[in-house]
Amino acid sequence: MSEQVREPLWEVFIRSRRGLSHNHVGSLHAADAQMALRNARDVFTRRMEGISIWVVPSASITASSPDERDPFFEPAADKAYRHPTFYDIPKEVKQL
Amino acid sequence: MDPVDLEVEFNGLVEADQRIEPRDWMPDGYRRNLIRQIAQHAHSEIIGMQPEGNWITRAPSLRRKAILMAKVQDEAGHGLYLYCAAETLGVDRAELIDQLHAGRQKYSSVFNYPTLTWADVGAIGWLVDGAAITNQIPLCRCSYGPYARAMVRVCKEESFHQRQGFESLYALSHGTPEQHAMAQDAVDRWWWPSLMLLGPSDAESTHTSQSMAWRIKRFTNDELRQRFVDMVAPQADVLELTPPDPELRWNEARGHYDFGECDWDELRRVVGGDGPCNRQRLAHHVSAHEEGAWVREAAAAYAAKHSAVGVVAA
Ligand SMILES: [Fe+2]
Ligand SMILES: [Fe+2]
Repeated sequence: MSEQVREPLWEVFIRSRRGLSHNHVGSLHAADAQMALRNARDVFTRRMEGISIWVVPSASITASSPDERDPFFEPAADKAYRHPTFYDIPKEVKQL
Repeated sequence: MDPVDLEVEFNGLVEADQRIEPRDWMPDGYRRNLIRQIAQHAHSEIIGMQPEGNWITRAPSLRRKAILMAKVQDEAGHGLYLYCAAETLGVDRAELIDQLHAGRQKYSSVFNYPTLTWADVGAIGWLVDGAAITNQIPLCRCSYGPYARAMVRVCKEESFHQRQGFESLYALSHGTPEQHAMAQDAVDRWWWPSLMLLGPSDAESTHTSQSMAWRIKRFTNDELRQRFVDMVAPQADVLELTPPDPELRWNEARGHYDFGECDWDELRRVVGGDGPCNRQRLAHHVSAHEEGAWVREAAAAYAAKHSAVGVVAA
């Protein structure tokens, strides 16, 4: 391969309208953050799909590993009492 | 986890119609198959900009020109969604582009045909985008999450592509006799390549059965082709244009249109590199890529100077 510039990868998050959080929509390559923002606008919001964009260097994201998925999320698995449906309440009780 | 357990878990997810996500364990063959398919799909979107791009400067009105620019720009976007889906599988976009340039990865053979008249732009929107949509809708439920999500975005945008093509062709086919003849000529040339866009016949397709088992594909090529013909045949009547297939007719008993056999030798020839425009399409892509090198270098130099996130030369 010829000597090539490798542009870093950016993850793109878009707020589609007021009141909603930014959602991950995909990734793209760009030399810097400003270019990444402009590219994200052109790639992901050609039909007014967003009113705010975040770009984050993909390399900056720390992810939980799927291999440790079971033990990692295990603490939540046996705590059914965190859910309202865990509790037995007499049928005649209303609004509880 | 034990490799056998991993495979059992993977198969279980696929069979339960769950999505496989980038960091999940997956069989090497699944990964390879997806990279091949997504890369080929991405290259097709990008190379597919050329036949229509050919008419942007000569569109007959400002309205048509604005529409055509928006469509071609969408295709660039589709290519980017797909490259980013492929990259989640551990390949680099630059590698994929190198492979395209080296002829080791393909793009859809349909883009190796020339756009000879303005009517070709309408015929492409109606037939080529129509066939692409037929192929892409089931891919929205593909087992690989990032590919499926890219397809949802693509399909949303594609519907305007087919409609604008139909509208443009309708204007011609209901215009002067010369315009009607031009529209008919375009349909004569694009009909069969569009049917072949849906891939070789099931008997010859090497990847279909495995792809169906992995739920990457949901329908065989021949099933998709039937769907496509069932969709466009009645539309051709509205256009008052005649598809170049003497065997095309409604079959009451089957509830489908019957249609003739594609020229599979032609498909093999064009896929093999011997279509009317193969060399031109690839050469154009290579030169556009090379001519853009200075822009990438300048942007990288600027970024290195101003930003904490560095750019590495490889
Ligand atoms: Fe597309
Ligand atoms: Fe399209």
